[in-house]
Amino acid sequence: MIKFNRIAKRYPPDITALADISAEISAGELVTVIGHSGAGKSTLLKLIPAIERPTAGTVLMNGQNVGALGRSALPFLRRNIGLVFQDQKLLFDRSALANVLLPLEITGFPHKEARRRAEAALDKVGLLARARALPIALSGGEQQRLAIARAVVHRPSLLLADEPTAYLDADTAQNVAGIFLEFHRVGVTVMVATYDDRLFPGARRLRLDHGRLT
Amino acid sequence: MNWLRTHWKACQLALMRLAAAPLNTLLSVVGIGIALALPGAGQQLLAHVAALSQNAAATPQLTVFLNVDAERKTTQAIETRLKGLPEAGKTQLIAREDTLARMKKAEGLADVIAALPKNPFPDAIVVTPADDAPVTIESLATTVRQWREVEHVQVDADWARRLSALIRLAKTGVLLLATLLGIGLVTITFNTIRLQVLTRQTEVEVSRLLGATDAFIRRPFLWYGALLGLLGGCAGWLIVAGATLWLRLPVAELAQLYGFELMLALPSATDSALLLGAATLLGWLGAALSMRQHLR
Ligand SMILES: Nc1ncnc2c1ncn2[C@@H]1O[C@H](COP(=O)(O)OP(=O)(O)O)[C@@H](O)[C@H]1O
Ligand SMILES: [Mg+2]
Repeated sequence: MIKFNRIAKRYPPDITALADISAEISAGELVTVIGHSGAGKSTLLKLIPAIERPTAGTVLMNGQNVGALGRSALPFLRRNIGLVFQDQKLLFDRSALANVLLPLEITGFPHKEARRRAEAALDKVGLLARARALPIALSGGEQQRLAIARAVVHRPSLLLADEPTAYLDADTAQNVAGIFLEFHRVGVTVMVATYDDRLFPGARRLRLDHGRLT
Repeated sequence: MNWLRTHWKACQLALMRLAAAPLNTLLSVVGIGIALALPGAGQQLLAHVAALSQNAAATPQLTVFLNVDAERKTTQAIETRLKGLPEAGKTQLIAREDTLARMKKAEGLADVIAALPKNPFPDAIVVTPADDAPVTIESLATTVRQWREVEHVQVDADWARRLSALIRLAKTGVLLLATLLGIGLVTITFNTIRLQVLTRQTEVEVSRLLGATDAFIRRPFLWYGALLGLLGGCAGWLIVAGATLWLRLPVAELAQLYGFELMLALPSATDSALLLGAATLLGWLGAALSMRQHLR
């Protein structure tokens, strides 16, 4: 499903975030990306939805070279991917439900159907009762679950998450990790950057060290 | 259907954003309203005055004055000659004695006239041209001026022509004003949208990451600009309408002093639609330009 082919990524002036990465991820796999802070985990994930583009090498998703996609093609690539960002990127001026509705509005879903799906997604992460709440009123764990609900509401075949359990206490982290395991179980390809991969038993591990796979 | 839905959604979002910052919205709307009201009011006033001058010009007359010492026979001969001209319609002879009698009755003039040794007024003939085409009256005047017995020919619609020249100038002025203030309006929305984009940067960024197209991101901002323009247009209309009602009586009184009947009316349906349409379009334009500049 995803193929990294001799990837390098440098940031100006001369930071090498990734060097000579080759890896392949099959449909339905659960993969964790681990490594120290600054190892290049976030950068690796960002290459897939073309948030960053590789300096060298190619990233293929379903055979498509995502690094070469033009501006007008990007939205359609991203609609097939569920993204959970390291900093969550929730919109604090609108309710939990409205946050989850956003990806569906972007794809032009009819309102009724969108609402039904958004509520189902909130239900899946145990937040249906908080649908009307503003994100600011949610706890750290709830915010993270809200971010997950938004990432999966349009039923992407690939779910990317950047340290989704950071800053959460052990129980909450366990709970959040469990949600990803569940999506993996129903066939979604899941790729998670994490410092603690004991939370994701059975995952294939990609270990990064200073931008290299080890 | 999908197209309609996405636009409706964007329009709703824009309305919510306008309502979310009522003071900002109000200030922009008043600013745009005033910018539109100035050329709007100018256009209104011009329309009325133009109608007035057209009415006046519709019944042009020519007054032919003879030499002061011309005899009545000569005057009558001239009147007959006038009647024979194809350009002339009705004629009316005004005898110098009648003029003298009328002037004597005029306040303040009686003493002056009594002191004169002889009647200073000439015989005169008022001619209504056969039709009211400006060329007709012009050629009539030219012909009659060449007659030896005629001292002076006065075209009574001269003032109307001067007025219409003045109106043409004023129209250009209003157009210039409208252009300048139209640019002002575009500037206001340009800046408002710029601030909108700044405060909504996270939303724009997140939407992009979630797969929003540029069109999706732009749409609510464009609606915002257009709606702001429309609201400003409504404010401008209200200002013009309010001023019209307020000035109606004083203007009518002033006009009456000059012998006109001038009753200011509210902007016509066409003018109103034009004002609102232009305001909406300019608001949209300001937003579109702002998008190009600030949305990368
Ligand atoms: N936008 C950027 N500009 C410059 N350097 C960056 C940028 N993003 C990341 N880096 C650098 O690239 C390296 C890898 O970063 P990152 O992928 O965020 O690592 P991780 O997620 O494993 O902590 C780090 O040295 C980081 O400072
Ligand atoms: Mg990171």
